[in-house]
Amino acid sequence: MAYPTDRKYTREHEWIQVNGNSGTVGITHYAQESLGDIVFVETPKVGAELTAGKTFGTVESVKAVSDLFAPASGTVTEVNADLATSPEKVNKDAHGSWMVKMTLKDPRELDALLSAADYEKFVAEEAGH
Amino acid sequence: MKHMTRKATCHVNQNEGLIFEKSSAGKAAWKLPPLDVPEVDTNKLLGASERKDLGNMPEVSEIEIIRHFTRLSTWNYAIDFGMYPLGSCTMKYNPRVNEAVARVEGIANGHPYQPEKISQGALRIMKSLSECLIEITGMDAITLQPAAGAHGEMTGLLMVRAYHQAQGNARKKILIPDSAHGTNPATAAMVSYAVENLKSDSRGMVDIASLEAQMNEDVAALMLTNPNTLGVFEQQIHKIADILHAKGGLLYMDGANMNALVGKVRPGDFGVDVMHLNLHKTFSTPHGGGGPGSGPVAIKKALEPFLPTPVLLTKADGTLGFDYNRPQSVGRVRAFYGNFGMFVRALAYIQANGPDGLRQTTEDAVLNANYIRKGLEGTYDLPYSTPTMHEVVFSDRLQAKKGVRTMDIAKRLIDYGFHPYTTAFPLIVPGALMIEPTESESKEEMDLFVEAMKSIADEVEEDPQTVLDAPHSTRVSRLDETAAARKPVLRWKPGN
Amino acid sequence: MRYLPKSPADREAMLKAIGLRSIDDLFAPIPTEYRLSRDLNIPRQMAESEIVDFFRQRSRENADGYASFLGAGAYFHYRPVIIDSLISRGEFLTAYTPYQAEISQGTLQSIFEFQTMICELTGMEVANASMYDGSTAAAEGVMMAVRLTGRRSVVVARSLHPEYREVLATYATHQGMPLTVAGFGGDGRLDLKELEKLITQETACVLVQSPNFFGTIEDVDAIAEIAHKHGAMLVVSIAEAVSLGIVEPPRQADVIAMEAQSFGVPLGFGGPYCGVIATREKYVRQMPGRLVGQTLDKQGKRGFVLTLATREQHIRREKATSNICTNQALVALMVNIFMAVYGKVGLKELAKQNLAKTAYAAGQFAKHGTVLFANSPRFNEFVVQTSEDPYAINSRLLGHKMIGGLPLKKFYPELGNAALWCCTELTPRSAIDTAVGLVAESERSVRSAKEEVEEVAR
Repeated sequence: MAYPTDRKYTREHEWIQVNGNSGTVGITHYAQESLGDIVFVETPKVGAELTAGKTFGTVESVKAVSDLFAPASGTVTEVNADLATSPEKVNKDAHGSWMVKMTLKDPRELDALLSAADYEKFVAEEAGH
Repeated sequence: MKHMTRKATCHVNQNEGLIFEKSSAGKAAWKLPPLDVPEVDTNKLLGASERKDLGNMPEVSEIEIIRHFTRLSTWNYAIDFGMYPLGSCTMKYNPRVNEAVARVEGIANGHPYQPEKISQGALRIMKSLSECLIEITGMDAITLQPAAGAHGEMTGLLMVRAYHQAQGNARKKILIPDSAHGTNPATAAMVSYAVENLKSDSRGMVDIASLEAQMNEDVAALMLTNPNTLGVFEQQIHKIADILHAKGGLLYMDGANMNALVGKVRPGDFGVDVMHLNLHKTFSTPHGGGGPGSGPVAIKKALEPFLPTPVLLTKADGTLGFDYNRPQSVGRVRAFYGNFGMFVRALAYIQANGPDGLRQTTEDAVLNANYIRKGLEGTYDLPYSTPTMHEVVFSDRLQAKKGVRTMDIAKRLIDYGFHPYTTAFPLIVPGALMIEPTESESKEEMDLFVEAMKSIADEVEEDPQTVLDAPHSTRVSRLDETAAARKPVLRWKPGN
Repeated sequence: MRYLPKSPADREAMLKAIGLRSIDDLFAPIPTEYRLSRDLNIPRQMAESEIVDFFRQRSRENADGYASFLGAGAYFHYRPVIIDSLISRGEFLTAYTPYQAEISQGTLQSIFEFQTMICELTGMEVANASMYDGSTAAAEGVMMAVRLTGRRSVVVARSLHPEYREVLATYATHQGMPLTVAGFGGDGRLDLKELEKLITQETACVLVQSPNFFGTIEDVDAIAEIAHKHGAMLVVSIAEAVSLGIVEPPRQADVIAMEAQSFGVPLGFGGPYCGVIATREKYVRQMPGRLVGQTLDKQGKRGFVLTLATREQHIRREKATSNICTNQALVALMVNIFMAVYGKVGLKELAKQNLAKTAYAAGQFAKHGTVLFANSPRFNEFVVQTSEDPYAINSRLLGHKMIGGLPLKKFYPELGNAALWCCTELTPRSAIDTAVGLVAESERSVRSAKEEVEEVAR
């Protein structure tokens, strides 16, 4: 599929959409497909400090748990309340379901992330295995 | 379904509600004898602590209870019906003499705190079992206290830690092969050791070069299952033990797969320092729907001071007792002495077999697994060509081309009258079919199993939807596990 | 060997099908230096009659036919015969863990009923499918509180079963959980003033037992208030499940860690027993152990499955809530049947009989020895202090084929010559009277010996 170009991607299948000094984070379509039906998302509290590359929560399906890795460092400003009541929304529309919003400590960190095209290539390789 | 029903035909199983749905005030299944002491005024004795209401506890008659649970029982598959090819579970026959002897009154009703003088029967059972298990494992000492395999792993690792601490350095990590059962890393974490993954090589065994590179003075132990979860015996076990011992590390063996070794080889002889056994696997104690188990831990002499308290001993006058004076002990891992009821059953199993029976059992277990391996080779993908012992792991790679995965094949196997094999691990084989028949399967039963698996493979080619929608013949079809996890309903409520 | 369903002809045919000459070829992967070339040095194969004989002998050497006043975490109650009739069915006895739900609905539905009844009895919102026993359930309950509060230290009541405290210490040591012990007062209950002093902002939970090790019922309301005031959780251990028939459950607890052995599980020299954890719904994701949930199949039919499995070791591995895999399922089924047999009315009557027997016994003992903590409510255990060493009194009782109360010196030396006595619905009045008589005699001899000495001294 074509991945939206208005955001950047991690190798751990998170996306981040940047708006000035704040970022919105979610997981990719590929991630939700691999996980299967999502039953629970564990998110940090507002005010929590995130470090790029470190885990900040988990996504659970019936048979598996995956860590969520922060695409960038910063502070959590908002958590999507939908996640607690309707985690299935992530399955329906992964790119439209955000998980956390955060302030960015160092926007330059985003340079290390993948573009939509690079992520698409990366996913094709992964799936090929 | 063409080849279907040589193994199984349909039978009636009745519907049955929850016990609360049959409850009605005034029904009773109990009767107490009259009191031979004066009645009491509960309110006077307990005051504010008096309980007034037992809520929605049921009231039913005896025959309703008998029918309720009898009907429920008909919804279960069980070893008594046929094979459970579950890998590393060792679903062998649960001998009934075990149940009979466990119920002999003096054994069934012994209180753990009764004086040692009048507990010699129980203590002698524990001693006999201990001696047999020490001989079978080739170790020096044993504790029967842990309640199950995972509990035994924890106990074993506690002793590993205590040993290293006594040497002056508790160390920081445990190496665990990527093929390991989930309890291994979970246990290491509980004992505050970091887990470091150890790669397997192309033959499914421990990658020796990786082990050499990863072994250092920060590694307390390697937790190894041997044969591993692929059913492969670690042929380099000597080298593995040497690499560990050279840097002062210990070799922990997860004894889940002992069914391939009993009477043929002893872990103590090939360098294991500490290991747990699963009495509910190798030693025939019943699985009972998920437990109870028992996880004794056998050790080499160097770890003896750290055994959990109390330790069984023979006193000067020849009687048996418990030693509580163990200054270096890791402490207790549970109240009392262990799952004694399981000791009785395991000892009865060992007695029924004797040395020749145990050896024949192991040989049959390995023969059976290899017979099935030969039967299914070519039909299912065999990711590792290494010789296997008591269990074999195939993958769903060939069937996946048609969109059918191991879980679907497993569910279809149910329609053929068998319980599924293990699908969830080992993690190093994606789409695994982990099969362990045990020695309890006859050639006839295994031929039916191979026939069923071949038939399913045919169905995958010709009519995959049948497999994807399986099972078709059970009381309930596939259940919505997603809904169960998203909105858990964990108890009945009135008005439901 | 009679458990092996293969003839020599079968084995030959199978070897041929595999393309091997002998069974030894299958063991070739084992390095020669390790292969056993001798028989295991264990007793020879026995006939079934010999096995039965062996265990009958052991039974005779094991206090067969004695009356017992022992409790202390393991209780002798009547076991309705239908328990064994039902659990001995092969479909229950020889079934595996219900991972394949479609063919395990029998096991799954009965666990669901078990979870429901434990909730009803304990006043909690969710209960799991069992833990190993009461002692490990208490330790796991504490670890739950540590995870949920993010704090590390624990205050434990000294009136909690001493072996439960030992187990907790073992679990706690390696998880960096400092334990402090709060003593009991003259009323046999947790000393609330001491608790106030010991609890800090770092306290994850307070762990108490009620009825406690002495049989005394704790003031759970007061303890809960203190704990919650400081942001700590309250974990309550219940060792005598029958008490729930007549004693208010600790509804203010955050976690209840129970031992359900009293509900139809044989004493069996200490195991297998049946631990359970029950708690509030909001804590369910931090609960260890298996959980059964209700759901629907593809046709909309009600069914049951193991759920929230992502807490467990087989998925979460090193991040699991616990390493527990095998639990106590068959024993939990015994408990389930027991609870169904007695039910709403029977459980209350059963508990009342226990209360009555104990009140009578305590009353009689009080005429000769000192019954401690007399002003606190108790269930079916009590502590008797005597002039003579309880070991000596118990020796004499053995001569009457009776096992007296558990001497407490090794656990609570400050209580002197004290012993813990338990009476259940099965304790005959005649046994109580005999035991009381022997204690009376003991007190009389000690008194007259003292008088004699004083006489001589004068």
